[in-house]
Amino acid sequence: MYRSAEELQKSIATYTRELDEKFNGEDGKRYVMLCGGTGCMAANSMGLKEKLESYIEKYGIADRVGIRMVGCFGMCSQGPFVRIFPENTLYRLVKEEDIEEIVFDDLLNGKVVDRLVYEDPATGEKIRKMEDIPFYKKQKRIALHGCGVIDPNRIEEALGCGGYQGLMKALTMDRADVIKAVLDSGLRGRGGGGFPTGRKWQFAYNQDSDEKYVVCNGDEGDPGAFMDRSALEDNPLGVIEGMAIAGYAIGARDGYFYIRAEYPRAVERIKNTIAKAEELGLLGDDILGTGFSFHAHLRLGAGAFVCGEETALLNSIMGLRGMPRARPPFPAVSGLWGKPTIVNNVETLASVPYIFREGVEEFTKYGTERSKGTKVFCLGGKVVNVGLVEIPMGTTLRELIFDIGGGIQDGKRFKAIQTGGPSGGCLTEEDLDTPIDFDNMVAAGSMMGSGGAIVMDEDNCMVDVAKFYMGFICDESCGKCSPCRIGTKRMLEILNRITSGAGTMQDFDDLEEIAAACKTNSLCALGQTSANPILSTIAHFRDEYIAHIQDKKCPAKVCKDLITYTIDPDKCRKCSMCSRACPMETIHGQPGKTVFEIDQSNCIKCGMCLASCKFDAISID
Amino acid sequence: MVSKLNGAAEKQIVEICDRYKGEKTPLIMILSDIQREYGYVPLEVQEIVSAKTGISVAEIYGVVTFYSFFSLEPKGKNVIGCCLGTACYVKGGQRIIDQFSEILGIKPGQTTEDGLFTLDALRCIGACAAAPAVTINGKIYARVNVKDIPDIVAEYREGAVAHV
Amino acid sequence: MKVNIKIEGKDYQVEEGTTILEAARACGYEIPSLCSYNHGECSQGSCRVCLVEATGARGLVASCVYPVAEGMEVKISSPKAVAARRTSVELLLSNHSQNCQQCRKNGHCELLYVAQLTGAREGAFTGEKTETHYDDLTPSIIRDSSKCILCGRCIERCKSAHGNGVLGFERRGFKTFVAPAGNLSLDKSPCLMCGQCVSVCPTGALLVKSEIGKVDAAMVSGKHVIVQTAPAVRAALGEEFGYPIGTAVTGKMVAALRRLGFEKVYDTDFGADLTIMEEATELLHRIESGGVLPMITSCSPGWVNYAETYYPDLLRHVSSCKSPHEMQGAILKSYYAQQKGIDPADIFVVSIMPCTAKKYEKDRPQMKNEAGLKDVDAVLTVTELAEMIRRSGILFKRLPDEEYDQDIMGEYSGAGTIFGVTGGVMEAALRTAYFVLEGKEHEGITFEQVRGFDDVKEASFALGGQTLNVAVTSGMRNASKLLDDVRAGKSKYQFIEIMCCPGGCINGGGMPIVRHAFLPDEDVDIVDTYRAKRAAALYSEDERNVLRQSHNNTQIQALYKEFLGEPNSHLAHELLHTSYKAREPFRA
Repeated sequence: MYRSAEELQKSIATYTRELDEKFNGEDGKRYVMLCGGTGCMAANSMGLKEKLESYIEKYGIADRVGIRMVGCFGMCSQGPFVRIFPENTLYRLVKEEDIEEIVFDDLLNGKVVDRLVYEDPATGEKIRKMEDIPFYKKQKRIALHGCGVIDPNRIEEALGCGGYQGLMKALTMDRADVIKAVLDSGLRGRGGGGFPTGRKWQFAYNQDSDEKYVVCNGDEGDPGAFMDRSALEDNPLGVIEGMAIAGYAIGARDGYFYIRAEYPRAVERIKNTIAKAEELGLLGDDILGTGFSFHAHLRLGAGAFVCGEETALLNSIMGLRGMPRARPPFPAVSGLWGKPTIVNNVETLASVPYIFREGVEEFTKYGTERSKGTKVFCLGGKVVNVGLVEIPMGTTLRELIFDIGGGIQDGKRFKAIQTGGPSGGCLTEEDLDTPIDFDNMVAAGSMMGSGGAIVMDEDNCMVDVAKFYMGFICDESCGKCSPCRIGTKRMLEILNRITSGAGTMQDFDDLEEIAAACKTNSLCALGQTSANPILSTIAHFRDEYIAHIQDKKCPAKVCKDLITYTIDPDKCRKCSMCSRACPMETIHGQPGKTVFEIDQSNCIKCGMCLASCKFDAISID
Repeated sequence: MVSKLNGAAEKQIVEICDRYKGEKTPLIMILSDIQREYGYVPLEVQEIVSAKTGISVAEIYGVVTFYSFFSLEPKGKNVIGCCLGTACYVKGGQRIIDQFSEILGIKPGQTTEDGLFTLDALRCIGACAAAPAVTINGKIYARVNVKDIPDIVAEYREGAVAHV
Repeated sequence: MKVNIKIEGKDYQVEEGTTILEAARACGYEIPSLCSYNHGECSQGSCRVCLVEATGARGLVASCVYPVAEGMEVKISSPKAVAARRTSVELLLSNHSQNCQQCRKNGHCELLYVAQLTGAREGAFTGEKTETHYDDLTPSIIRDSSKCILCGRCIERCKSAHGNGVLGFERRGFKTFVAPAGNLSLDKSPCLMCGQCVSVCPTGALLVKSEIGKVDAAMVSGKHVIVQTAPAVRAALGEEFGYPIGTAVTGKMVAALRRLGFEKVYDTDFGADLTIMEEATELLHRIESGGVLPMITSCSPGWVNYAETYYPDLLRHVSSCKSPHEMQGAILKSYYAQQKGIDPADIFVVSIMPCTAKKYEKDRPQMKNEAGLKDVDAVLTVTELAEMIRRSGILFKRLPDEEYDQDIMGEYSGAGTIFGVTGGVMEAALRTAYFVLEGKEHEGITFEQVRGFDDVKEASFALGGQTLNVAVTSGMRNASKLLDDVRAGKSKYQFIEIMCCPGGCINGGGMPIVRHAFLPDEDVDIVDTYRAKRAAALYSEDERNVLRQSHNNTQIQALYKEFLGEPNSHLAHELLHTSYKAREPFRA
């Protein structure tokens, strides 16, 4: 139980030294770091850990080697990883059977296992250290501070890694100055909207109320996005610290974490860290003897994407259906239980401690004129390096996709990048050199969004992509307002018609009209942005829509109803593989005697034949 | 309707409600605990929650059916999903699901009284090559034959017995 | 506080804190709208029809929920707003069962109305419709989700009137619908059958279950069909035929009923007078004999349903008196039949009521006589009566004023008339109790303390050397406060009047709907004032009546003398009193 900042700083000095020693080898031991991110865990990080333990035991080096499980390394497509200090050697795509070699060669004999070291796909160069890999070079971790470095289960490591320095600084300042610092930092909401965080705080600060609340929006639900999960899982104390600073600034004594139930580990970590922090006097009454009291509470989302919208989220905390309500009044005036409330995204709160720990200027060093700091993206889709990246605002899409992302898989052509999830849009070749920031993304016809970034190549059908997002939104519409409830359904129906070859130009006109109506007529941002994937794909790929409607062709050869599989008789070697693969038994021929032929009337376009043919004899039109 | 629930179960629901006495508007937390511990939140349980919290059953039902985490029907220990996608359908998927139905004595979407099995009809699971495909607790059974079904069911039934 | 705004480029001063919709209405603009029908009572903003352009807001705003602000410029007729409103309506129509010609809401359907206003194009958008849930199992209300636009008015009204709402949204997105928990039939739910939800529904999703067919059949079969009209009916029937709200049309109503072929046209006010005799006697008896107090009125079947469902432990507090029309029905099938020499089985009693719960009440097993005959055979609401009048070709405004039939039960007091408004039963009872306890008539006649629309009204009277504490309330949300005190043994009252519908029967679920859109000639604040206007019509009819107290009704006196004996006699109990039974809120 720490009663003052001085007491805490004393312990922190010890924690920092202990943590440093694990990296620089000053305690005479070597440390093996494993990635405990969800991606690597799914790829058997735990299995590697068990093997490591047993081989370390077997070779009798247990007293000289420590094993640490830390947060996400970010480059998920290369996981699971084994990283060894103090040499800072990174092994990637490690399997259980590789462990003995790592233990014997590296840990016992100090010899790098070359074949497990990262190899630059462009140059073929072997890169031993993590920070030398291009994926990491252009990144800057502010919101993800401590992720992949500290053991998130140990609050001591978080404290040793700069934790609570921001809050302690803020607590020495006037509340108004705290808000001014956030205003000066130019921090904007990382949940997607990009509203200036300082101004939100200012509104709540200005409200005269006996009770106020801070809510952390951890209802991250965009398909293919897990930035917030990583921040919550890998440095829970950092998010709590950001929330406490916000609470101090606006005059709130209570904060609520709203985390989706699908993130059990994030929930567990936040819960445990809150308990530990309370035990240590880092949360609760009269924190560190400053007179500031702050309690953090936890609420779980129960499976509704719309609860990412702030008024819906507040309704959900209040035990209601997660349906948004009209604003005004804004939550800063009337939020949780009618009291002034600020709702900040996880990443926003995770960025706050940095501003106070390192100073406003250090934060504003990164970013563009109107978007300061960094942004975390989940890079996914057809890009080589799939994973979690945090880049300074102003980085171009080209740098994101080609330098950090390593370009497009299988040497295919870049077609588009979808940002902002179901509320965002597609950006194309012509936008590649646009510096990423809130305003540029909107100007280019998409939005920053929460950070999903899905790269698409020439094999992706943009109508199909629009249909995917529309299906998602249609399922997740709360049903309250009619444009979203009915409009998304109608748009989905039209897209289904178009991709099945039954679309008409009237459908196309209707689609644009409904899309426009959803934008202007809907109650909340979910509905207002629901048509963005359609509007932006129409803007960039109008021809593709027309091809589906008028020529009944899917140029990317994705839409099943518009493609035909045929076997080229000249290339067919009569091997019968396709026939045997066909679930419909609709490919006929005599093995070794006749070329095979697909009976189109029964073909369900499953593609099994194409995959089975070794002679490239099957084509799609 | 309350009478359908036995006294012990009712006591447990009350106990869950009492966990959150100090919390403001804890409805969703209560329902989440019930869902986690019982696997579903039927109407009669909602009536007890209503009595404990003073929130109308209509509102609770509205919440339960809004969030996908909650279900009104219990899911069995073993969830059997029969793919009825086009490929599986033409390969006799319907006969497969009918057979499960008959052996388990339940219709698709239902759960056996002993709570061991839930039978679901699925849209295409993308395993066309394995048609007709069945998934049990996530494991895919490929090219299932109607004759195999009694053995498959027995396997899980015994597994459950062994567990107990 | 006033703020300056511009609408369509013109300057106006409007109340701060009002919504754009309300402010515009006060300035002479009716913005097409569906979901918000009254300030404060519904703040969904969900139908997205009333969209306008407003400075200071991003894009379009829903005028029903967006507050005005100093300097705001509102554009209702901008092409953008006009197009947006039309598309919202067209989308709603694309998920709406469009059998408008056959829909009983036609003429009062707000969706149809805004479809015309916004110029919705036929079949603008089409596609799959949300699964339909249809429920016509109750005797009172039909729920048809294929007509529902999910505005949520019914949910809000049920909750605001009765606290523990019965209706709610279920599922989400395109699958959303409104229903009692579990999508049970209203019949299996704790629904009170009061019809408040029906009276706010903008479309045909919630309708009164019609019994016109039953009446037709009775007429065809040659039964002796008698009609009685509840007090509140006269105060609102005129609204259906273009009269200003608050116009009593008693004479024309009677004339219309005669022309519709009813053998006898009686006023339920007679039954109300009879109720007072029985109920006042019961009360005084309870007070004298140390019986269960407070005693609570039993005229309102919605309230009886509520008591049986939520306060079964307090049923002994509820007066055993049947409601006035049931009493009158019982007398019609006994004394009247005897006097006229008609077989009671050949008598068919129709009650015209402001109420949907009365339809349910008349089917209660407790409301049958020894021979198994129902006291009342059919209950029509005011709107159903209007339907019958319209279909018969009668031009209501051209009807002469006629008198009720005068024989046997033609006389009625003003005390009976005011039963139709909250506090009326109490006041009528007090007029008689005063006479009994003080031995003389109350000089001022009226008891103003129990009038008005406050949530709970209370009063104390020194009568016959003792203090009588009374309370009056309506709406179950308000009632539950008094009832919780009774349950806790903390109630200081001897007598409580409870009416189910907020404001009493003049605001019943069977009354004509009050909507700005259909009442262009009414005051701007009509949704706030219609209850008071209807009440005023009843109070003024009371004033005009020379007979002001139930006990002075000579035909009532004759009825006791010649048939019943005295109030609360054995025969009176058999015919005029009833019993109650606890029930489960949800009945599988």
